[in-house]
Order: sequence, then structure tokens, then C-alpha cells
Amino acid sequence: MQALVIVAHGSHLNPDASTPTYDHADTIRSAGVFDEVRTAFWKEEPSFREVLRTLESEEVYVVPLFISEGYFTEEVIPRELRLEGWDLDEWDSDGTSATHATFEATDVGKTVHYCGPVGTHDAMSEVIVRRAETVTGDDDVGDGFALAVVGHGTERNENSAKAVHLHADKIAKTGRFEEVKALFMDEDPEVDDVTDFFETTDIIVVPLFIADGYHTQEDIPEDMGLTDDHRTGWETPAAVDDHRIWYAGAVGTEALMAEVVLERAADAGAAVETAIRDIDRRTKPSANIGAGD
Amino acid sequence: MTDVDDQQLTALLSAAETGVDCDGVTAELKADGYLFETPDEHHVGLSEPAFREIAGRNPWFVSNWYYWHGRDRPDTEIAFLRWLENADDLSVSDRYEMMADGDLVASWGELRIEITLADDGNRIYTVRNEADAERTIETLEIRSDPFTARELVKHDDRGRYRPLKTAPTLPTGWTFVDLDGRALAETVEYVYPATIANWYLEQQGKLDVDHWRETMQRQSGIYGLIKTWDRGDGYEHVNWVTEACCDDSQCLKRREWEYDDETTLDVDGGEGVFPCREPCSLVVSAARKWTQLEAEEPKRYEFELTPSEKEQLEAIIDAVADGETESIREADIYNGANRYRTRFLRAKRVDEAGRLCGVSTETDADTDTDADEST
Repeated sequence: MQALVIVAHGSHLNPDASTPTYDHADTIRSAGVFDEVRTAFWKEEPSFREVLRTLESEEVYVVPLFISEGYFTEEVIPRELRLEGWDLDEWDSDGTSATHATFEATDVGKTVHYCGPVGTHDAMSEVIVRRAETVTGDDDVGDGFALAVVGHGTERNENSAKAVHLHADKIAKTGRFEEVKALFMDEDPEVDDVTDFFETTDIIVVPLFIADGYHTQEDIPEDMGLTDDHRTGWETPAAVDDHRIWYAGAVGTEALMAEVVLERAADAGAAVETAIRDIDRRTKPSANIGAGD
Repeated sequence: MTDVDDQQLTALLSAAETGVDCDGVTAELKADGYLFETPDEHHVGLSEPAFREIAGRNPWFVSNWYYWHGRDRPDTEIAFLRWLENADDLSVSDRYEMMADGDLVASWGELRIEITLADDGNRIYTVRNEADAERTIETLEIRSDPFTARELVKHDDRGRYRPLKTAPTLPTGWTFVDLDGRALAETVEYVYPATIANWYLEQQGKLDVDHWRETMQRQSGIYGLIKTWDRGDGYEHVNWVTEACCDDSQCLKRREWEYDDETTLDVDGGEGVFPCREPCSLVVSAARKWTQLEAEEPKRYEFELTPSEKEQLEAIIDAVADGETESIREADIYNGANRYRTRFLRAKRVDEAGRLCGVSTETDADTDTDADEST
């Protein structure tokens, strides 16, 4: 038997923090490629500490639903899962290139394939683009549109900015959008001045965050001038300084994220290829899910 | 149920070849034929047709064996489901009669789990909040998919987010029906995550308890600070933490962790069915805040209050700590924690800057110290 465990931050205060994690777990569960699919959280239950004991499977793929490599993926999660012999060198990463490494969890004696975070996977670029398609409602969006990928910044973790640049650069190279830039909340170039950085009138803004919360639903919309008060909401697109801002909200809520979770597990050896193709098809904005088939 | 299920009987016959011993029924293939035994009957030297006939007259024993052993289930699940119907203490007949009458009901936290029988002896589990025990099913929202429990338990009846799944604030008004054993275990897993796994480890004497000290020593990042709260032999601060957070009125887990493996806390761990094996993330987060607050030195303040005002402050602390502010009636001005009473106290005793009796939080001694430091 093989199990998938999606590990995420969760929240003591925000009931929506766990929603994307649950949603992606459900998508993958319905694909039926794992015998068990569970979620675990730093701030909710089951905790990282106790999730493995709830599984029957001896073979477990653990995928962190985090944006970048850093404190949580390198220190907290391995420690709380009790991964015997965990050493950051096992990931052999330059800060964005971790794939997976295999350990035994000492309290349960299970084999754990510990994967790199979803946020640094190559496929994440596709999710950002999909997010752009979703917010504009156009599967072919690109011509006449600019794309801003927004990250937290380096305040706590330099790898956080690296992940944002990684995807922004990759998407820019495809030439699909008129302009692509990486912006940040707490360092230059700052998202507050988003319209200063683009010539294009229509700017799609995709925050590279896992869940919607304070930053994506309060801070960023107000800082960009989409609204004076987040409680009153904002238009999509919203007019700011002769530009139209298409604000997408946290990329982690995009349904296609489930595919990145599976890609991580596949890279670590899980047999999930058919499910990946299936999810890609089912999560397109134009897909008419559940209507007939 | 009255008739034996042929498939179950065939499975029993097959299992008898290696020996069956379950809840009072024994079946074995011996040199002289089959043995079949219940608490009331004893037969030996049976041919296969005779075995089928005699076992067939005991459909309860056959289906009971089949339920527990006729399919592949995790040990944890078997132990949990057997505990629910008290299978180790109640006879098969007693349990079957109780299930037929709807009298077999178990409790897990705030869950009320009713166990009844399908025609073939399979158990059917129905789950609801124990507070809804007396409600008719028509008045409850009926569910059958365990996954929907996850969203259901996110908020309490007042619409407040429940960050702690084992808080005794499970919402009411719903019921899960027609669950088999696996679906029941899944439902419980979503309502009270990891409680079955930890309960089972405890049953086996294998629960890995991490006490306060080792849990806090493990913390890092912003929580690394908590280590500094433990000083010398004192553990009174942890008594206060457990009294605040881990009391049965706040969490249904039974606290098994102590200060360390040699030092037992003075606060009772509670009466819960399932154990708590280490301080949870809520305790850790709160402990960080208390570590910061408790680093302050006490100061002497002077407030002028009437005796009733002093008692009123105590009543307010009690009402907030016990979560009773909502239940204090609007016009119950006899209760010190009543809103009008409290607003009156604020109008009289709290100045525009929010200071009790106009007394500054910083004392003269602080001002002197600040002046010294600035020079």
C-alpha cells in the first residue's frame, strides 16, 4: 500500500487556511492512485507529529504544500515527522532544486519519501499560468496581457524570492505574455507600485502563496490600490492608474496544484502518471466537470 | 436476522480448517470431523453437511465471526470497533439483542455512536453529537460521506472557527447514517484526528508520550523562546498552562504528558477516552506568549475600588475564563459580568486612555529607569 500525505501550515485563526490543502487532497483521492490520502498541518490536526500513525500504508509520500525551501521544509517537517538521519544535504538543493529523499520515520517504522515543496517544482509555472487563465476566464490569455508573480520577499528566507524569480523567468521565456515580472511584498520591486513596472494596460497579478489569508486578501489588494478597504472587496479587473489589474488571489487555491503535488510524488517514485494527465484535463477552466461523464 | 448467510457459513467452514476461536464460538477440523462449539452447544465428529446444519442454526455466531474475521481490516480498526460494542465483555447474544433493540450505543468524545445490525450481521453505525441524542432523525441533517465531516467540524454552533478539533464545542444538528466500520473510522478520523491511533497504541501499552520538557526543548524558530520558561525545579507554570488549556472543559483528550518523566503535574489529566501524548500546537503557541509575559517582574499598583467592584472584576475573570459571557442574560444586572454592569464599571473606573482607575501601567520606578537608560 502507498499513501500520500500533503503537509501544510494551517492556522489557529483562519478557517480557510486548510481549504486548498483539503481540496487538492480530494482531487488526488478521487483519482484513486493512492491507497490513502491524508493531510497534516503545523497548526491544525492531525499534526505533522501524529499523521503517520493514522496510516495503514508502509510506504508514504510526503509532499509539503509550501512555496519555498526553508525553515519549514528543512527543519520543522523532518523533525516533527521524525525522519531518521534527515540531513539537508540529502536534498542536494541549490535552494529551489530539492526533489526528494527517503527516510524511515522512527516512531512508526514507515518508509517516508520526503519531497521538495510544491512551490519550486517546474510544473508550478504552469499553475501560475493556469491561474492567469482562471482569473481572466480565457484558456489562451497572453496577448495584450502582462503577468506579475508576487512573492513574500526575502524578509525571512532568501529561497522565497528565488522561487518567485524561477517561475517568472521561466514563464517570460515562453513569450506568452507581453511582460512578466517578479514583485514582492517587502522588498523592491514592490507590489505596491505594480503599475509602475508595466507598459501593458492589462496586468494579471498572481501571488505565489499557498492559501488565501491576510497577505493575499487584505495586504496586497489594498497596497496595489484595488480597494481602500479589503472588506468592501474589489472589481476584477480593477482600474488602477490607467491599468486594469486582474488580481488572481493565492496560486495555491488553483485546482491544478493537485497535479504539482502528484508530480512531486511521481518524481519520488510513486506510480501516478495516469492521474496527472487526468487532473490536468479536469481542472482546466473550460472543462465542464461532472456534466454528463 | 434469522437465517444464516451461505457465504459466511462457507467462509467459516473454510476457516475451521486452521481453527476458529471468536467470542465464544469454536470451529475446528479434527481427524474425526468438524468440531463446533458455542457457550451452549458442543459438537464433535461433524461431517461437512452436519457442520453446515448445526452452525446454520447459530447465525449470530457465524455472522459475528464473519464480521470480525471474514475480511481484511487493520488491527487498529478492529480494536476500535470491538471496543465500541464492548465485544470483550458482552456475549454475542447480549450484543445482538442490544443491537436489534437499538440499545448498543457508544461514546467517543462528544460523538454518540449507535450500532445496529444489517440482515447479514454486518454492523451499521450511526453517528451524531451526543447533545442530539434525543432528537428524531428528521430534525437532523443527514449525511453519509465521511469526508464531509471535515468541513462540518470547522465551526461551532456559534459560527466560531474551531482550531482545536477535540475542543468540546462539536456542532450539533447533523447525523452520519449507514456507515460501515471503515466509514465510521474515517468519520471519527475527521472529527477527532489521530485519536483512534493513539488510543490503540495506549491499549497496547505502546503510547509514546512526550512530556512538556522534551516537547519544549524540541521547539525552534519563534517557539525556541519557550525553553527559557523552564527554570530549576519549578513546574508551577506548567500547572497553570494545563489548567488553562487542557482541562476537560477545554479539550476532550486525556492528558498523559507531565512536566517530565519524573515530575508529575498537580493538575488532573481529565477523564477523556482518548489520550493526549504531547502538548499540542495551541499549547505551544500559548506557551510562547506566556513565556514573554511571564518574563515581566510584578509591580505594585494602587487602585481604589469598592468591595463590590473588586468582586465584580473577579466575576468578569470567571465569566471570560469559563466562556459564560454569552449566556449572561441581557438584563441580569445581578451578575457582575453582565454587559451593562461592566460598561458601568468602565464608565466609572476606566479613563479615556483605557487605564483602570487612571493608573498608568508604567510606574514611577519605570520612568526613573528609563531616564537612567537614556543617559
